[in-house]
Amino acid sequence: MITLAHYIVLGAVLFCIAVAGIFINRKNVIVLLMAIELMLLAVNINFIAFSRFLGDVSGQVFVFFILTVAAAEAAIGLAILTLLFRNRRTINVAEFDDLRG
Amino acid sequence: MISTSILLAIVLAPLLGALLAGLLRKQIGRVGAHSVTILGVGIACGLSLWVFWQLVWGGAAIYNHNIYTWFQIGSIGAHVGFQIDRLSALMMVVVSFVSLMVHIYTVGYMAEDDGYQRFFSYIALFTFFMLMLVMSNNFLQLFFGWEGVGLVSYLLIGFWYKKPSASFAGMKAFVVNRVGDLGFVLGIAAVLYFLGSLSYSQVFAHAPSLVGRSIEIIPGHSWSAATLICILLFIGAMGKSAQVPLHVWLPDSMEGPTPISALIHAATMVTAGVFMVARMSPLFELSTTALSMVLVIGATGAFFLGLIGITQWDIKRVIAYSTLSQLGYMMAALGASAYAAGIFHLMTHAFFKALLFLGAGSVIMSMHHEQDMRYMGGLRRYMPITYFTMWVGALALCGIPPFSGFYSKDAIIDAVGMSHIWGSSYAYWCVLLGVFVTATYTFRMMYLTFHGKEHFRVDQHAGHGHDDDAHHERGVLAHTPHESPWVVTLPLVLLAIPSLLAGMFAVQPLLYGNFFGSAIFVLPAHNVLGEMATHFHGVLPLTLHAVFTAPFWIAIAGIVVSSYVYLFNPGLADTIKRALGPIYRVIDNKFYFDEFYDAVFTRGSVALGRTLWKRADDGVIDGVVVNGSASLVDRVATRARALQSGLLYHYAFAMILGLILLLAGFVFVGRA
Amino acid sequence: MTHWPFLSLLIWMSIIGAAPVLLAGDRRPRLARWLALLVALLILAINLAMLPGFNDTTAAMQFTESHMWIRALDVHYALGVDGIAMALILLTTITTVLVIIGAWEVIKTRVHQYMAAMLVLQGFMIGVFAATDALLFYVFFEAQLIPMFIIIGVWGGPRRVYASLKFFLYTFLGSIFMLIGLIYLYSRAGTFDIAALQALPLGMDAQTWLFFAFLLAFAVKIPMVPVHTWLPDAHVEAPTGGSVVLAAVMLKIGAYGLIRFALPVTPDAAQHYAWLVVGLSLIAVIYIGFVALVQEDMKKLVAYSSIAHMGFVTLGLFIVFMLIRSQQGNAAELGMQGAMVQMISHGFVSGALFSCIGVMYDRLHTRQIKDYGGLARVMPWFAAFMVFFAMANVGLPGTSGFVGEFMVILASFAANPWLALLAAFTLVIGAGYTLWLVKRVVWGEPPNAHVAAMPDVNAREALVMAVFAAFVLAIGIWPEPLVRMLDAPVSQLVQTLGHSKL
Repeated sequence: MITLAHYIVLGAVLFCIAVAGIFINRKNVIVLLMAIELMLLAVNINFIAFSRFLGDVSGQVFVFFILTVAAAEAAIGLAILTLLFRNRRTINVAEFDDLRG
Repeated sequence: MISTSILLAIVLAPLLGALLAGLLRKQIGRVGAHSVTILGVGIACGLSLWVFWQLVWGGAAIYNHNIYTWFQIGSIGAHVGFQIDRLSALMMVVVSFVSLMVHIYTVGYMAEDDGYQRFFSYIALFTFFMLMLVMSNNFLQLFFGWEGVGLVSYLLIGFWYKKPSASFAGMKAFVVNRVGDLGFVLGIAAVLYFLGSLSYSQVFAHAPSLVGRSIEIIPGHSWSAATLICILLFIGAMGKSAQVPLHVWLPDSMEGPTPISALIHAATMVTAGVFMVARMSPLFELSTTALSMVLVIGATGAFFLGLIGITQWDIKRVIAYSTLSQLGYMMAALGASAYAAGIFHLMTHAFFKALLFLGAGSVIMSMHHEQDMRYMGGLRRYMPITYFTMWVGALALCGIPPFSGFYSKDAIIDAVGMSHIWGSSYAYWCVLLGVFVTATYTFRMMYLTFHGKEHFRVDQHAGHGHDDDAHHERGVLAHTPHESPWVVTLPLVLLAIPSLLAGMFAVQPLLYGNFFGSAIFVLPAHNVLGEMATHFHGVLPLTLHAVFTAPFWIAIAGIVVSSYVYLFNPGLADTIKRALGPIYRVIDNKFYFDEFYDAVFTRGSVALGRTLWKRADDGVIDGVVVNGSASLVDRVATRARALQSGLLYHYAFAMILGLILLLAGFVFVGRA
Repeated sequence: MTHWPFLSLLIWMSIIGAAPVLLAGDRRPRLARWLALLVALLILAINLAMLPGFNDTTAAMQFTESHMWIRALDVHYALGVDGIAMALILLTTITTVLVIIGAWEVIKTRVHQYMAAMLVLQGFMIGVFAATDALLFYVFFEAQLIPMFIIIGVWGGPRRVYASLKFFLYTFLGSIFMLIGLIYLYSRAGTFDIAALQALPLGMDAQTWLFFAFLLAFAVKIPMVPVHTWLPDAHVEAPTGGSVVLAAVMLKIGAYGLIRFALPVTPDAAQHYAWLVVGLSLIAVIYIGFVALVQEDMKKLVAYSSIAHMGFVTLGLFIVFMLIRSQQGNAAELGMQGAMVQMISHGFVSGALFSCIGVMYDRLHTRQIKDYGGLARVMPWFAAFMVFFAMANVGLPGTSGFVGEFMVILASFAANPWLALLAAFTLVIGAGYTLWLVKRVVWGEPPNAHVAAMPDVNAREALVMAVFAAFVLAIGIWPEPLVRMLDAPVSQLVQTLGHSKL
């Protein structure tokens, strides 16, 4: 029997993988974007799990919103990435420290 | 009757002249400038004489009214107004008459100066301030005139402003006077505090209430209120009337043109202190301590400052030290409660000292602005009028009967001798020896200037040096000395007349005739003049009696010594000088007052100022506190900016860490 | 009493009047100048038109206006003037006209912005003096920093950024404490109405905290030792007009704040700590006097002399407490009046002196004393003005500088002769530093050909100086009209201070 707890744990695990992906990764901006998508996925899983559990569809409606936003975000993110590569000739995260104080 | 409009005309006519001459100097030109100022001062002089006449012979009542209110705060009022009694009327006559003479004289003396209009504007303005001073009916207006004459004195000493020494002397005069004024202002404040008013009539009416009142200046020591007030006021007089130790500015004031040395620094302004103390006689009479102070300080100046006159070579400085000495006499008279004698000497001194200064100016003119007596000599052949009138002044100064100075100075010496207050015997010796000193330096000056060999030569090719005498060889003149024009000699003659006659005509009414009436108040216990009146049997016996008195023979001794040394045996002066070595040096250096003040006050202030500025202001406040806090922020921020790596994963890590800490805090602390 | 909102008219015409001046643009400096002068003259005219309707026998606020501004906090847009505020507003409007004339050809870049900044500044300053609501006062108090910050920062000298920041931060630090104090007062009284705050009963602890909060805020502005070091820097870097307004009006805002807040709101704390302020004032008079003596920069010298003169203002204000304690109401009033007259007089005298320095600076572009000399010969008219204003600075009777100092010295003698002695020390030290300046700049020979070639004042400069001189002389010869204007509020204030709130 797969319970709500399983879904929540899955979501948590996915979220942790994503977080780890953000700050362990030092090479590639694409991986960063993927990690962010993964985070959104983890959130979506939680939304759906609770929606099913509580019998309230509004959670699933939210998932659609998030999916749309995520898609748009990925598109813009990749576009920025392309420009970034074109200007800097690199997508190495460790080299993007323009905001250093 | 004396009306307000006449009094207003007296003060405003010179002021108007000054403004016209000063502000429209281009438009009205030289002739216009001296015409309007002479007219203004002439009006003042004529009306002053009329007022004097009305008061003394016309039976007019004392005038005492306010013109307008300066300010009124609660019960404290300050007004501008006039009090015309015989004391102020006499001063008005002296001031406006001497001023008129100096105005006329200046037409000749300053004829070639660029600042002609400016000069007339200043001296007319001076006349305005001085008249405001003597005519005032309250302390505030007195102070207004007091500071006003100080301002004009400052401007006139520094008249030749291109000379650094002149502008420095002007500044010195002002600042030293301000030291005295500090006391004066506090004195006025004390009067207001103890007597609740600034107007003379009310203050003097309430003055007896001061008896027995005291104030604790230093905890545990109480001072009599009257003594405090009088000493503070007297400090003001010490500044203006150049009493020891605030006398240092007066010799330096000789940097100014000679007419103002005569007007301001001999006849009128410097006697303002004497006038003020006489005016305040109802207050001074209440404090024997203050009178002793006045007496001792005055007498000290009379003798010791006179001594310096013997060592000077500059003709104007000799007269300047003589002025210091004579001012000491006047103060000594006031200290001995012989106020009338002080004012009497003030009057005679105004005439003969103005005469001497103007005579010296005439000499200086003919010598092409050479003031050193070592380059003069034998001038009597070239300028007989100056020579003759200056002798009148000199004999008056020495107190030879029947010249005016005899009557006033003799009265002072007698009064001091009769006084019994503390310090009077010291003062008596000072004023007696002062007679010898006076005779010595006066005759020395006359001999060096007019008698003996000529110590200059005439060279037609020498530069005609008036303005550029720096490049000009000393003791060489472009043409022979000559008598000055009539505008210069006329005032000399007009001043010589009162120098000769004023004494014998005024002595009886002024000293023994209760001339001043209620204007001067003397306690019966101090009334030395009243005591002297019992021995007075008329002017002629007094004059003849002189040959039996000590001062006369002391003066003769001074004359004899001076004649022997400077006329018959000129080499002797150097021998004496060498014999007296150290004493001579001390006197020649004016007792080192200037050196002392310069080292302690001038340099001390500058050093203190610099220390405070650099150490306290820039160092502590700005350096440590203001910029210190700024740099503290800077240092903290430099450390903190290391946290701002700019790398995304550092920020993400910090966020996670923060989240975990927050959750942990919420879980563990929130539960408890 | 008329129904015209005169005070709003003064404030907002000045601020809104800046708009057309700005619109004149960079290309048309002539138009900008004339427009600015027109606005300033109009405001002066309105201000003068208020005088006949002004009743000097009452201490009550006149020309009052009140509109609800922030209902939730019960904040009102409330204006009104008594004699003290009226005198200071007159000083402001007169000074602004003179500053605009003074800047005529002197400001060459961004003329329209400079003129607009001056007009806005004038509006805010009038607002400070006219506000009868504490929050409105605070808003104007802070707002007037902005145009001054811009004036120093844009048209200033080489170190203008440092100076303008220092000026801004110093004042801001102080006003934070004032804001806290005002919020506390609001929490107790439930209103920002200044009159209500003045009547609010407060315990000694609360009064002490409030007193120091207000003292700090206004001491910076006055400025009092030891928070005075921004002033010399600000003056040195500011353009002439900025210096004139700063010295003539802005310093008075600090003293005005003390009169409106620190004294009547916390009388017992002020009474208890009067010795502190009196001590600081005397330090200002003497210590700053010595510092002024050794300055090499003319503007710094005059700036330091301003601090010393403002020391007389605070001395006069706080000597009152000592006199009230010893039951000398008349002397207390004299001291307070002295402080007021000194404020107005210092406005004219220091404004005039900074204008003089501006005239010299425009010709030679240096403020170092050693670069000048012999101006009496080169610029006789200028020299005459300079000597006159120097004499006013020295406190010569017959000039306005004397009146206030004299009153304060008279009053402080009644409190304690030693205080009077220390205060009167300014007679000597003030003469020392001012005349030494005059000696080095005006007398002597021109040191070089540049100085010898300096032209005398032109008609425009002469006009500015003549107006300053006229006021200095008028107050000096007949201070009674000014004293009458100030009398009612001053005597009421002294009465108020005599009653303990405890």
